[in-house]
Amino acid sequence: MATTMITTLDRSSRAAARGLSDISIRNLFIIPTILFLIVFNIFPLIYSLGYSFTDFRASTSAAANFVGLQNYRDLLSDPYVWSNFAITAKYVIISVAGQLLVGFGVAMLLNRDIPLKGLLTTLLLLPMMLSMAVVGLFWKLLYDPSFGIINYALGLGTFEWLSDPKMALYAVALTDIWMWSPFVMLLSLAGLSAVPKHLYEAAAIDRAGPFYTFFRITLPLVAPILMIAVIFRTMEAFKTFDLAYILTSQPTAELISIRLYKMAFQEWQTGRSCALAYIVLIMVLAITNIYVKYLNKVKER
Amino acid sequence: MAAVRTSSEITFNRVAIVAVLLVTIIFLAPIYWIASTAFKPRNLATTIPPTVVFQPEISPFVKLFTKRSQLRSPPSPEEYAAAPWWERVVFNGGEKIVRDGKGQVQWSGYPSRFMNSLIVAITSTVLAVGMGTFTAYGFSRFKVKGEADLLFFILSTRMLPPVVVAIPMFLMYRAVGLNDSHVGLIILYTAFNLSFSVWLMKGFMDEIPKEYEEAALVDGYTRMEAFFKIVLPEAATGIAATAVFCFITAWNEYAFALIMTSRRAQTAPPFIPSQVGAGLPDWTVIAAGTFLFLLPVAIFTFLLRNHLLRGMSFGAIRK
Repeated sequence: MATTMITTLDRSSRAAARGLSDISIRNLFIIPTILFLIVFNIFPLIYSLGYSFTDFRASTSAAANFVGLQNYRDLLSDPYVWSNFAITAKYVIISVAGQLLVGFGVAMLLNRDIPLKGLLTTLLLLPMMLSMAVVGLFWKLLYDPSFGIINYALGLGTFEWLSDPKMALYAVALTDIWMWSPFVMLLSLAGLSAVPKHLYEAAAIDRAGPFYTFFRITLPLVAPILMIAVIFRTMEAFKTFDLAYILTSQPTAELISIRLYKMAFQEWQTGRSCALAYIVLIMVLAITNIYVKYLNKVKER
Repeated sequence: MAAVRTSSEITFNRVAIVAVLLVTIIFLAPIYWIASTAFKPRNLATTIPPTVVFQPEISPFVKLFTKRSQLRSPPSPEEYAAAPWWERVVFNGGEKIVRDGKGQVQWSGYPSRFMNSLIVAITSTVLAVGMGTFTAYGFSRFKVKGEADLLFFILSTRMLPPVVVAIPMFLMYRAVGLNDSHVGLIILYTAFNLSFSVWLMKGFMDEIPKEYEEAALVDGYTRMEAFFKIVLPEAATGIAATAVFCFITAWNEYAFALIMTSRRAQTAPPFIPSQVGAGLPDWTVIAAGTFLFLLPVAIFTFLLRNHLLRGMSFGAIRK
């Protein structure tokens, strides 16, 4: 009833006469934000789209020459760039799979009555809140072949984590798994606690085994939220820069964003790096699209 | 399920609790190692076997804040006796604090980077949360044409890889002289956090019953007054949580800071790794810098613990 009263009030001149109208308030609240994002996010992208068709180098004062699609053609036929994409794909798969296993596993363990559960959960969440760059740097000490505590604890002698070309990418992924498993755990816990208890009770009455209960009740009901975690982590892992850049300079661990950084700010191939940035951008937007669709789906439930 | 408990279930529960404790210890070990290294004398930082029990020292923090040079010969007993405690600590480690002609202690690069981090993170948080709150209210309460598309647009700006945005921003900033400036970094972080703050705040706004404002409107408030006097106080918890998230993101950010700043406006994340130069780094000093830098985030994480889920999922999942 109150709602109908308001609508009549809004339409009548009384509400409008006092202060700003709803429409101008809406515009006042929303438009500045949209403009801000257009100026500082979209405009730069248009700017760099233009440069991606040139041979511009920001380190020289030479004018940019229009080269058409040359940059894109060169990049897509460059095996070096393709290997960066392959390394990135490998990194994404290893680190997201690791986070899924560890995060969901720990959530399954935590999903029961445990003394000090709240405190334990908060402590477990700490790694993902910390700065990747700064904590990543410290992992260099932990991985150190001669005095790192990891080799000491695992009895690995002088195992080379970061300077062995075969190992470097796994070492970076391992640190990423340490940082981000808590994220998967957090979402899994939310999913697990939302599974209705009566389903388990019914399963127990039917004498269903633990495997049957897990695969037929727990997993299907937690799956949508796990999917969100996986897509989100995939997107973030694809963009990884800080951690890999700080931990190692091995070419075998050169992710696409590191290649992009070097191309733009060390080799100063500005035009070409703009083109590569666009290729990366399109990939990220594709994953984002899937992510948002999924978010909305879960929200509707 | 809980009603009927077999002995095997009870055993399994106990095993699970022990496993959780083990996992927690493993997860916290790197953080503990940072904290403990920050209080070690330099010669105990890189020993085999690792030093776990030691007499804690404050010297890494003194060294963190001052410029030092290697001592060629030990200080004379008078010089040592006349030195304040913090200088003696440095003497003990075989170094001396660099002083200028007037005898003033020379600061290291760390305090100014820490201040830059504070300035940039706080200012961008205030801007992003302020704008985000208004925008979220607009989306939450009014009909907006193409609302889903606009919200997707807002979110997608957050998903852009930093290096992709940084290339054109670097060129534009260079053209207008915003490279290596606080303002430049603040703008970037505000834009980056704004989308997050809109999404999160919209979730909080949606939870405030519309009836509150409608009652106020009936009582003769204007829409603006209702927003400031009714909605904002109701949204206070949400605003605080959003602000802490934005602060942490800006505080931790590395790629933009690395590319856009070099000295004057450089923040701590690119500065701390740059300390590991050639030769053997002094890990106690790095640990001390890392420890101070991580401390605010650790405290905030504890304060935020009930909102973490919501924040990390952009407000999509609520408890």
